[in-house]
Amino acid sequence: MLHIKNVSHTYGKLVSLRDVSLRVGRRDIVCLLGPSGCGKTTLLRIIAGLETNYQGQLMLDGADIGSTPVHRRQFGLMFQDFALFPHMSVADNIAYGLLRRGIRRALAGAQVESLLERVGLAGMGDRDIASLSGGQKQRVALARSLAPNPRLLMLDEPLGSLDAQLRDQLALELRSLIKEQGLSAIYVTHDHREAYAVADRIAVMDVGSVEQVDTPRDLYLRPRSAFVARFLGMRNVFSLNHSRFTQEIGCMALPDEKRSDTLLIHPAGIRLGSSREGRMLYCDAQLQSKVFRGDYYDVSASIDEATTLFFAAPQVAAQIGDAVSLEVSLDAVIPL
Amino acid sequence: MTSRRVCLRFAKGLVFLLPLAFLGVFFIFPILALFDISLRPDGALDLSAFARLLTSDYYLGTLLFTVYQALISTIATLLLALPCAYVFARYRFPGRSLLLSLATLPFVLPTVVVALAFSAVLGERGLVNDMLRLLFSLDDAPIQLERSLAIIIIAHVFYNFSVALRIMTSYWSSMGFHAEEAARCLGANELAVWRDIRLPVIRPALLSAGALVFIFCFTSFGVVLILGGIRFATLEVQIYYQAVSIFNLPLAAALSLVQIASMLLMLLVYTATQRRLQLAHEGRSAHSARPHTRRERAAIATTVALMALLLFSPLAALVWRSLFIAGQFDIAGFTGLAEKTRASLLFTTPLEAVINSLRFALIATLAAVVLGTVASFMIEERGAWSRLVDPLFMLPLATSAVTLGFGFIVALDEPPLDLRSSWLIIPISHALVALPFVIRSVLPSLRAIPPSLGEAARVLGAREFTKLQTIDLPLVSRGLVVGATFAFTASMGEFGASLFVAQRESVTIPVVIYRLLGHPGLASYRQALAMSVILMLVCAGGFLLIERLRGVGVGEF
Repeated sequence: MLHIKNVSHTYGKLVSLRDVSLRVGRRDIVCLLGPSGCGKTTLLRIIAGLETNYQGQLMLDGADIGSTPVHRRQFGLMFQDFALFPHMSVADNIAYGLLRRGIRRALAGAQVESLLERVGLAGMGDRDIASLSGGQKQRVALARSLAPNPRLLMLDEPLGSLDAQLRDQLALELRSLIKEQGLSAIYVTHDHREAYAVADRIAVMDVGSVEQVDTPRDLYLRPRSAFVARFLGMRNVFSLNHSRFTQEIGCMALPDEKRSDTLLIHPAGIRLGSSREGRMLYCDAQLQSKVFRGDYYDVSASIDEATTLFFAAPQVAAQIGDAVSLEVSLDAVIPL
Repeated sequence: MTSRRVCLRFAKGLVFLLPLAFLGVFFIFPILALFDISLRPDGALDLSAFARLLTSDYYLGTLLFTVYQALISTIATLLLALPCAYVFARYRFPGRSLLLSLATLPFVLPTVVVALAFSAVLGERGLVNDMLRLLFSLDDAPIQLERSLAIIIIAHVFYNFSVALRIMTSYWSSMGFHAEEAARCLGANELAVWRDIRLPVIRPALLSAGALVFIFCFTSFGVVLILGGIRFATLEVQIYYQAVSIFNLPLAAALSLVQIASMLLMLLVYTATQRRLQLAHEGRSAHSARPHTRRERAAIATTVALMALLLFSPLAALVWRSLFIAGQFDIAGFTGLAEKTRASLLFTTPLEAVINSLRFALIATLAAVVLGTVASFMIEERGAWSRLVDPLFMLPLATSAVTLGFGFIVALDEPPLDLRSSWLIIPISHALVALPFVIRSVLPSLRAIPPSLGEAARVLGAREFTKLQTIDLPLVSRGLVVGATFAFTASMGEFGASLFVAQRESVTIPVVIYRLLGHPGLASYRQALAMSVILMLVCAGGFLLIERLRGVGVGEF
């Protein structure tokens, strides 16, 4: 549906996007995931038409929309700060896009009512924007961008300003609302857990470029670069220069196809113990830390001075400083 | 409580009494005297002056005209400043901040200088007419704007453009532009964005700026007197004529009361609009961007050109006019300043007036700074009465200079306070005018000091006075310098009050300029131009100092 082709953008001398290409399919929710300053927001603004000096092409269903002015694109954009119109009521905010499309006020009113109900704000149409809580503002902003049934919905860190508890709940609500309406969406976030919950596909961005595009599950299981792995919170990335780990684990040499200059040991494939099952590597280590997290412990154990593995374990009987044995699934050894 | 501490409290009380006493004697008393003379001209209650005001078409006309010209000036100012403010808030471009601070220059220029600058560019002997005459070999000046409503309004726009620009630009920057971007994404075209988002968003700032500009235009004196004359008399000019030319004191006093009442009413409106302005500030960061499209660049170029034309051409014309005569370089206007031209009308040489002005300005600044600082500390004490004292000290700001000067000559003319023939009356009146500026500069810095700093100093062993000396005063020093500079430039340019109270030898630069303009002949005109240039340079210097110090959020203007 939307095809972003080789888009580049600079802020003065600073390159904010370098040759970015990305496809968003129909009814697809694509997450742009990346650290702050990686160009996610700039890309959204370019797609929306708010940023006009860039190189590259934007194709919508095969037609170039680069010269279509913002107000004719019929894209929805939900701002990080929500950008609600402070001088209008909740209902007027939501109706705004409908009225601009030439829908009559009475008809728009009925749509606004049903939208308010769907986002859980039934009966609050007359409220003042200033009187809303953060979560309520978020819902109004969402309803406003959903109302004109945009061809593409873009959400810029829509949960960024809310507290953690509210975020988990709203991420799920957001996904089901977008799916219910059958919209294509681009969702910007820097929180990989949020991206897992919301996205059909995730595009991980490093400074100015897209590093990997995959489904949440594939991305989690097979990060394709050290940057992606680290950004997803995986710390067991080793390079040849620093650790002999890339050649052998414990006393066992790695099979040829697993050898690489940079290696990720996926935390999901590491556990304490020595069950001696197949396709496993074993090594001795010293327990460095264990942090109780409720359902599990966050554990780190060092193989040698340069090599420490981080992983989660359901039970840890050993004390810090004790010698422990580790087993690493061969599938969890991922050359990068 | 030890006797030492009682002594200290007593001393503090005495110091706090100083600014109150000053305000009482030199402000409240003269205003009461105006009440007295208008309501009881011969000792008994007599409302005939008011009756004449309200029944005569002539005086009602004056009031109506005052409102009318202020309204037109305000609308013209806002219409021009609104798009400029948008461009300034929205875009980053080279020279933006320089232009924005330079735009404030006219605001600190004395009215006399502004009036002369406009006659230098648009007047009969002005640059534009000269050029047109030369181009089309005409005998008469083709543009007849002198003594017209148009030139008064143009001068008012020049004066107040920067005020409106500053208020709206900073408000717009603080609101950010996400709302209008959201509207555009939702399908709003340029027209709909202006109608639905930009105008409603800027409305509080527009109203507040409008109220302030209206007040300034309503009380404008020098510009109207010099550029308009009696035919375009506003309340201010009428008060001056009634008091000085016709000597109808009860009527002039009655007009002054009308003036005071309208000022209080307008200030009430202004304060209300400003409160909404502060409520809306949510501390969002500015979101300006570089221009990209050709249309955006054209908008910026137009804004810059417009501002250059409006703001700097009169000042440039003033300097040019003072240095060149018929295309020839000639500084006779400056060199002649030490000579008496018309001994019958001027008791001093213009140069002596320059020295007078500097002397009065120094004294007025010193007085205003000392009194203003004490008053600021008093307001900051957070006692039950500080809420009462704060607006009290702002009252001189709400009283026009002409009313003040008139009050002075009415009230301070008999023992024990016979100051009419003393030169002291001038710096005193100037200090009164400058006092609110000093307080408005010092108070914010004082309020910005966290109480914990003083408490830390006390815990570390500082006495109350040591704390004041080592913590509070150093931290407000920047605000103090800004306040002092405001006071100095205000005193140098003060015209309305000085015209009443300045006598014979003790005239100031603006008064001499005005008197010189009343003389026929080119020599006086050129002297007036030369004096205006000097005054402009002094005020521009003060302005530069203020701008350099203002960076860190000093001042509440």
